[in-house]
Amino acid sequence: MSDRSNKAPAKKRERKPPTKKVPMPEQDPLERRKNFDEVALGYDAEQAVAEAEKCLQCRNPKCIDGCPVEVNIKEFIELVRVRRFMEAALKIKETNSLPAICGRVCPQETQCEQSCIYGIRNEPIAIGRLERFVADYARAHDEPMPEILDRIGRKIAVIGSGPAGLTCAGDLARLGYDVTIFEAFHKPGGVLVYGIPEFRLPKDIVMAEVEYLERLGVEIKYDYVIGKIRTVLELIDEDGYDAVFLGTGAGAPNFMRISGMNLVTVFSANEFLTRVNLMKAYEFPEYDTPVRIGNSVAVIGGGNVAMDAARTSVRLGADEVTIIYRRSMEELPARLEEVHHAEEEGVHFRLLTSPTEVLGNESGEVIGMQCIEMELGEPDESGRRRPIPIPDSESTINVDTVIVAIGNSPNPIIPQTTPGLDVTYWGTIIVNEETGMTSLPGVFAGGDIVTGAATVISAMGAGKRAARGIHKLLNGE
Amino acid sequence: MYEILFKKILNENTKFMVVDAPEIARVCKPGQFVVIRVNETGERIPLTIADFDREKGTITIVFQEVGKSTKLLGSLEKGDKILNFVGPLGKPTPTEKVYGTVVAVGGGCGTAIVYPVARAFKEAGNHLISINGARSMDLLIYRREMEEISDETYETTDDGSCGVHGFVTTVLGDLISKGRKIDLVFAVGPVPMMKFVSKITAAQEIPTLVSLNSIMVDGTGMCGACRVNVGGQMKFSCVDGPEFDGHEVDYDELMGRLNAYKEQEEISDRLWNESQGGAA
Ligand SMILES: Cc1cc2nc3c(=O)[nH]c(=O)nc-3n(C[C@H](O)[C@H](O)[C@H](O)COP(=O)(O)OP(=O)(O)OC[C@H]3O[C@@H](n4cnc5c(N)ncnc54)[C@H](O)[C@@H]3O)c2cc1C
Ligand code: FES
Repeated sequence: MSDRSNKAPAKKRERKPPTKKVPMPEQDPLERRKNFDEVALGYDAEQAVAEAEKCLQCRNPKCIDGCPVEVNIKEFIELVRVRRFMEAALKIKETNSLPAICGRVCPQETQCEQSCIYGIRNEPIAIGRLERFVADYARAHDEPMPEILDRIGRKIAVIGSGPAGLTCAGDLARLGYDVTIFEAFHKPGGVLVYGIPEFRLPKDIVMAEVEYLERLGVEIKYDYVIGKIRTVLELIDEDGYDAVFLGTGAGAPNFMRISGMNLVTVFSANEFLTRVNLMKAYEFPEYDTPVRIGNSVAVIGGGNVAMDAARTSVRLGADEVTIIYRRSMEELPARLEEVHHAEEEGVHFRLLTSPTEVLGNESGEVIGMQCIEMELGEPDESGRRRPIPIPDSESTINVDTVIVAIGNSPNPIIPQTTPGLDVTYWGTIIVNEETGMTSLPGVFAGGDIVTGAATVISAMGAGKRAARGIHKLLNGE
Repeated sequence: MYEILFKKILNENTKFMVVDAPEIARVCKPGQFVVIRVNETGERIPLTIADFDREKGTITIVFQEVGKSTKLLGSLEKGDKILNFVGPLGKPTPTEKVYGTVVAVGGGCGTAIVYPVARAFKEAGNHLISINGARSMDLLIYRREMEEISDETYETTDDGSCGVHGFVTTVLGDLISKGRKIDLVFAVGPVPMMKFVSKITAAQEIPTLVSLNSIMVDGTGMCGACRVNVGGQMKFSCVDGPEFDGHEVDYDELMGRLNAYKEQEEISDRLWNESQGGAA
């Protein structure tokens, strides 16, 4: 008979304290505030293997379901554990064509790592860091080209070279299609190049991925604004493309409906980041494009874009950089790592605060910003608690530069010039979820242009689905 | 890469270039512009399409050398190539319509931009009056071209060295006070000129179109650098314009925004002049 008192506490099994991820080597915050070099330096082989060894190799792994493109995480980590790094990279590439990028910019904490079973008691396995490690390893060690099927003599036009377009192009090229990407800018990569800064995603990595696509036979035409120089329908009717994929992103910046938005030292995050990243304004005057940065910068918004703008401002030499966000720390939509890095670099956070007016002097420069304090009410449709202004809580903060990072909308150029293309009230293109096809037969779409501003990995997933959809359509399935 | 097929110096700091860009030439319309980048370290700048030849596949650009980027472009010769040439961007001018009497006003280098639009107005069957103004005679451009397409031609110079001594607004004001019936004014030039033209025509409620030369980066609506206040609303010059109702534009704000990078522009310009062996 069991006696409760017999169950001595001493019998309780010793549980090991929760483990943490093998720490990521990083540039020192004080040092990196002054340069644009990459912040996270990446695991070496020993660190990667040590991290991989902790993986439980679950019989029913949950991490894979957490990944929008279903990378076979369990198997690639096992390959890392046994030091077959190149094979690990190829395993990831079976479903994710841009692992060096995803390893760096995916919000793993809300995807694969969130569902990691090991992570229930411990910090989850550092799946993102391992992904980055094997992708960097493969790039440095001449990764073999995948098998390419014979050319089948059919032409596909891909509009936009962001992650959605690059992924769709790569998948179709591998199946033997002749793919041409039309890109409005003079460089490929979309947000990966003009938006996300060098210190978070070195541009060489994006270029390496693009070169890989070119070796697969993909052609890229720059300076091509589709809808202006050529319309989508002309590509099909006159230029002989069998299908078109629209991956044009959500690039049109939103501004606040408050006065002072047109002041000279108010910038959209898009303008600010494009000047710095795409046009290399941080190397002015060697590069001709200028950027203006004041002493005291307010960045409005709480997403990755806001973090990038704030951390870029720090690097350009602003003394004080403050994120102004209308909800609280918990609701910040940015990746955890970016928030953490921004804090380390001295970025201030003024939460539960919303601007009501930007004040300027007679030459149109910002001299301050009036803000109101907020409190959180009931959750809204998005499930986040709705911020409500607190009456009589207005105050003016001293700033000379304001960067607006409150989101982007789809660029209307293509919808406006493509009759018959159905869009939503917000201007996003409507597609069949499974195939990616729009209301126009043979015209597909995916990425931010369909979902509104989202993530790199979801754009890639959409590019993949559309590639499958195109292949099916052209094969009469 | 886009080859320069022909280059002409219109005056000391205004250059005329014909560029090989067949795909843009095939579809562009009067009033649209291109964004160019001369070389790898260059910045992206907008230039209005001054003319085009669909058969030859060429685009003409006319620009005033006001800083490093335009000086760099101006230093290129026939046979040289421009790295990036994006277009046609912006909305075309509605030139097919018959308004009646159209007055085309060009100030300085703006006349080059007025020219193709004015020609289209004329071809559509409008009575065309042109007013071409500059600081002095040697800065007047497109004199013969404007004369050829216009039913009536006026020239003005600030110093009186040619034509009417005064501003384009002197002539425009005269026409209006003489009671000439004017159905549309199209004006391109320095911001103060467009501002005063719009002021005169506003009083008589004469529809007035102006073409704005905002600072741009992408030219496709993705950065907002080009935003202007038109009738109290935020518009992007590159996609909503570059032409707007002259009576609705906030010119003072526009002027401030055009000066946004003055300091940096001066640095670039000084370095360029030094590299060319010129004075600092
Ligand atoms: C600053 C910033 C930071 C971000 N950080 C992260 C992050 O850390 N993690 C993450 O997962 N996501 C992040 N995102 C979001 C992510 O980058 C996007 O969701 C993703 O890039 C969308 O991919 P896309 O291919 O749909 O479009 P985009 O990347 O926007 O690419 C669209 C491309 O199409 C081109 N284009 C547009 N119109 C035309 C036309 N008419 N003709 C020809 N070409 C055209 C554009 O020039 C562009 O190159 C960030 C976004 C920004 C702006
Ligand atoms: S130039 Fe970027 S939006 Fe107009």
